[in-house]
Amino acid sequence: MAYDKFNILRSTAVPLPIENVDTDQIIPARFLKATERIGFGDNLFRDWRYNADNTPKKDFALNNSVYDGKILVGGKNFGSGSSREHAAWAVYDYGFRCVVSSFFADIFKNNCLNIGVLPVQVSPGFSERIFTAIIADPKTELEVNLPDQTITILSTGETETFEISPYKKDNMMNGFDDIDYLQSIKTEIQEFAANLPL
Amino acid sequence: MFDKVWDTHVVRKIEGGPDVLFIDRHLIHEVTSPVAFLGLKSRGIRVLYPERTFATADHNTPTINQHLPVADPLSANQLRALESNSKEYGISYWGLGHQKNGIVHVVGPEYGITQPGATIVCGDSHTSTHGAFGAIAFGIGTSEVEMVLATQCIMQPKPKKMRITVNGKLGRGVIPKDVALYIISRLTTSGATGYFVEYAGDVFENMSMEGRMTVCNMSIEMGARGGMIAPDETTINYVKGREFSPKGEAWDKALAYYRTLKTDPDAVFDKELTFDGSAIEPMITYGTNPGMGMGISHDIPDAAHVEGGAATYEKSLNYMGFSEGEHMIGKKVDFVFVGSCTNGRIEDFRAFTSLVKGKHKADGVTVWLVPGSHIVESQIKEEGLLDILTEAGFSLRQPGCSACLAMNDDKIPAGKYAVSTSNRNFEGRQGPGARTMLASPLVAAAAAITGVVTDPRTLIEELV
Repeated sequence: MAYDKFNILRSTAVPLPIENVDTDQIIPARFLKATERIGFGDNLFRDWRYNADNTPKKDFALNNSVYDGKILVGGKNFGSGSSREHAAWAVYDYGFRCVVSSFFADIFKNNCLNIGVLPVQVSPGFSERIFTAIIADPKTELEVNLPDQTITILSTGETETFEISPYKKDNMMNGFDDIDYLQSIKTEIQEFAANLPL
Repeated sequence: MFDKVWDTHVVRKIEGGPDVLFIDRHLIHEVTSPVAFLGLKSRGIRVLYPERTFATADHNTPTINQHLPVADPLSANQLRALESNSKEYGISYWGLGHQKNGIVHVVGPEYGITQPGATIVCGDSHTSTHGAFGAIAFGIGTSEVEMVLATQCIMQPKPKKMRITVNGKLGRGVIPKDVALYIISRLTTSGATGYFVEYAGDVFENMSMEGRMTVCNMSIEMGARGGMIAPDETTINYVKGREFSPKGEAWDKALAYYRTLKTDPDAVFDKELTFDGSAIEPMITYGTNPGMGMGISHDIPDAAHVEGGAATYEKSLNYMGFSEGEHMIGKKVDFVFVGSCTNGRIEDFRAFTSLVKGKHKADGVTVWLVPGSHIVESQIKEEGLLDILTEAGFSLRQPGCSACLAMNDDKIPAGKYAVSTSNRNFEGRQGPGARTMLASPLVAAAAAITGVVTDPRTLIEELV
């Protein structure tokens, strides 16, 4: 499914300075029962966000009205565990278009790239500076520039470059997906399959 | 070995991008496939090779009264979607009630869908299980499920390679799950992210296929996409003659290919780790990720001695209701869960039964024994294990993922403690507020008969 094109995103950010945030926290398994990709944002971080009686937990960042924006900044090893793409869908559906962390789990990172959420991996030091800046002033804006592969804390001007493969960058900037590409080489795939050892 | 299998399956390499990797076998289940089928419908495309995809229902299914309609309307709807999608696209479908129904990573190997040297994917991170056969097997997201349905390929950058060698004789009461939990405790939950692991050494060579599957299954819990073990006679004996294994001339050809799947003596790895198997104890976890494990006789470490932030560590212990420096032995256990794609195979039930034989279930402990498939269920009955279990006060449920991820009704209540043979102790994994301690089937058995965390080595002289 083609998704929104990503170019330059300038936004405030929501800080979640917790390490090893696994996809069971991002969206618990009991909310994976839909057969369509709708409504997952409501249950993003469900058990950290709401009490058992569905009242909001006031100290959780998503419930703190001072924090807002299209960028989620997480701690180290973000998105570990289950391969559920529903975690990336929940992040997207809630309104985030970019997740920043000093380290991502592989499958979550891939899933994000496949649905148009940009995972930006920064150094541990830069991650700390982002947290410090947002917590000191929640109105701090970050600029994520995909063409230049940079992320900048606008209030201080501190900036860092990030990695993305040229192929995925092109996909993100143009809203293409892998199936468009794979469909275009179908004949080559079928010839390849005819000569496999198994 | 990894390179051989990977390179054999690369359709094309994209300049500055991933490899286009051909997938031999694709497994699907009800939770991560419906949106992929919707994608196919909206694009108006068919499944390219329906004979290479196999569907089974497992995540949502009840583990009692499977002959009755599924009560939860959302679960029932998801199960119906898998059935109708499979029928519409000509995919073999093993739904609830089908003799071949069971946990996807248990039935795949049992029916010979899993083959050495194959590429295998599934929208489930524990697809790494199939690496036990020398396959490249890993979990994928739903967008990738759609790619495989549409084109039998996915786009993947080639991961780095790590070799983990464990030599030495395992101690009494130490079984494959302990080896897996030990390695993860040493690497942490992200220590192998970006890598594909090859397990080597006599500890793995001496393991049965069931044991190897347990180890490879847990590879994802240290961040690795997958883990694999070179196929040998144990592998070939397991694979031979299974329903979907090659037959006749095709078998001879396949066998010749399997025998090429060795790791060259001069193979180079991006990272090499070696552990001493004799140093491993029965393991248990005390925190909220699988890397937070230790030998069962140890005390919970201080924050100062663990890698990572103190705040995250404190949050984790608070969730568990534990404190630094406490013993794990003697802690109260409310639930015991034996099952899942990690430990839902016949050997796991043999191990559990060996320890509870002639003893009795502790009062106040709820024990769920959930076989991974109908084959495992039949073996438990045929080998006489069920009689021993019944005598000891236990009963058997029906196959499925069950309390591992608690998508069905098998949920551990908030605040309760469970010793589980499954793979994840994340917050709320086994039900909102549930507190999970991961361990082997032997440690689970020791907890089931004592009602507290117990070192299985203290219970009987001669363990399996």
